[in-house]
Amino acid sequence: MNKSRMKKSLTYVFLILWAVIVLFPFYWMVLTSLKSYSAYNSEYIPQFYTLTPTLQNYVDAFTQVPLARYFLNTLIFTVITTAVMVVVAVLAAFAFARLKFRGKNIVFTLFLSLMMLPNELVIITNFVTITNAGMRNSFPGLILPSIMSVFYVYLLKENFEMVPDSLYLAAKVDGTSDLKYLLKVLVPICRPTVITIIILKVIECWNSYVWPRLITDEQAYYLVSNGIQEIRQNGFGRENVPAMMAAVVVISAPLIVLFLIFRNKIMAGVLRGGTKG
Amino acid sequence: MEENNRKAWLYLLPAGILLAVFMIYPLIDVMIYSIEEGYNSASQTSYGYGIYNFRYILRDTYFLQAVRNTFLMVVITVPISTGLSLLIAFALSSIKALKNLFQTIYFLPYVTNTLAVGLVFMILFKKTAYTEGMVNLLLHFFHGPSIDFIEGPYWAKMFVLCFYVIWIVMPFKILILTSALASVDQNYYNAAKVDGTSPWRIFTRITLPMISPTVFYLIITGFIGAFKEYSDAVALFGTDLNEAGMNTIVGYIYDMLYGNSGGYPSYASAAAILLFVVILTITVINLLVSRSHVYY
Repeated sequence: MNKSRMKKSLTYVFLILWAVIVLFPFYWMVLTSLKSYSAYNSEYIPQFYTLTPTLQNYVDAFTQVPLARYFLNTLIFTVITTAVMVVVAVLAAFAFARLKFRGKNIVFTLFLSLMMLPNELVIITNFVTITNAGMRNSFPGLILPSIMSVFYVYLLKENFEMVPDSLYLAAKVDGTSDLKYLLKVLVPICRPTVITIIILKVIECWNSYVWPRLITDEQAYYLVSNGIQEIRQNGFGRENVPAMMAAVVVISAPLIVLFLIFRNKIMAGVLRGGTKG
Repeated sequence: MEENNRKAWLYLLPAGILLAVFMIYPLIDVMIYSIEEGYNSASQTSYGYGIYNFRYILRDTYFLQAVRNTFLMVVITVPISTGLSLLIAFALSSIKALKNLFQTIYFLPYVTNTLAVGLVFMILFKKTAYTEGMVNLLLHFFHGPSIDFIEGPYWAKMFVLCFYVIWIVMPFKILILTSALASVDQNYYNAAKVDGTSPWRIFTRITLPMISPTVFYLIITGFIGAFKEYSDAVALFGTDLNEAGMNTIVGYIYDMLYGNSGGYPSYASAAAILLFVVILTITVINLLVSRSHVYY
């Protein structure tokens, strides 16, 4: 009894330790963002709390650098990319799952093999393509190459195939068109999968860095990741760490809030189709 | 069911166009780039075809440095993150109280912007003229020397990078392993309990074999992810990774393409193809190994 109790406490100590390691950076960024510039810089030894919190850094973050602009850009980019991706993926998945056409197996195999290609391999040409098309520093240039995710089509197709044939045949007998069947029957039945791919895509878009960095060099088109890099390099004057941290908090907040609200959906979604690591 | 060729292709059209323009054409193009010698992006001309680009990057000290950094990071982070996430998943599955809270907390790094939180790590580890930095405070507490982890010695920078990478990849692994553990049939455990099997034997003979496919999946994705590491390094050390001596293979590709040392799509392509070959090789090796060690 005593031994198992000890084991239990050790388990909790271990779990709490990792929780502290995970949470500490978040605590530190919020704490630092609340310290005033002068207070922060006079701390040779960092303080773990502040008795005089200030919101001035947040005001600075929105007034001294175009944080609101980065934010808006990211929002536009995320919403459009995700929306178009869902439409394109649903249509393609429907064709693979439900329609019969010549060469379907070959096309689908080719399609799947594209999943293995690392983005790094194709990004070089895409950079040249978009540059030659004069779409640098524009939303089409940012969005177009970011839309397709082969894996999401695959997830959707698998799910569509689980819906019994009889529903489709019944709809056909009733004279329902394919498109109507897709939108009124298939998509609602497979809503969990659709939500999953939306969640994964939103996270991906909100955090995307490499492509936006290659394709934008005007601040007016920066997304938050590039914005924070810009802020770090020439934002508030190198040493204004509290204001930087305020910007970091503002950038991190939306996804964290989204996660806390849709915790189960997001974790289930990542479990089914996430990759990172 | 009758064939509906035209309609099917219509449904596939948007996806097909996007894939053709942004994946299939680039795939062919990148191979051509990589063997075009002396390609000039301004005049779009080249001298001819050959393996010069590959020979060039294999002699480039920046590329060799990037390869060394990447391999070192892969070798350090993949085993540690996999092992640690296994431990945490076990600990999680053995408790009831607060389990949900822990799971929520552990998942947080997954939904953070790596560039933004990397900045926080930089602040924590950095030592400047004005402040010792948080981590150095901890080192002092254990009577250690103070170290600048961001602009200091190579091992210190590598330590921060690995630490940050592990911090970032843990949520995914913990989530996957916890769910794998939860799906092991309880009957096996009950049977073992009746037989009076020791916990260690239960672990090595039941739990580990049952979750081995998941572990191998995590190792493969872990290798691939770590080989493609780039953003986390930028988050810590800034965009000029060559100067910091902390560049990665993917970083080298982008630097060759764009930025201060950019304008060489041929070298970038050659590096990208080498990276692809490395990833493919490791995936195949992993699959071969897993075939003889995964139990079902």
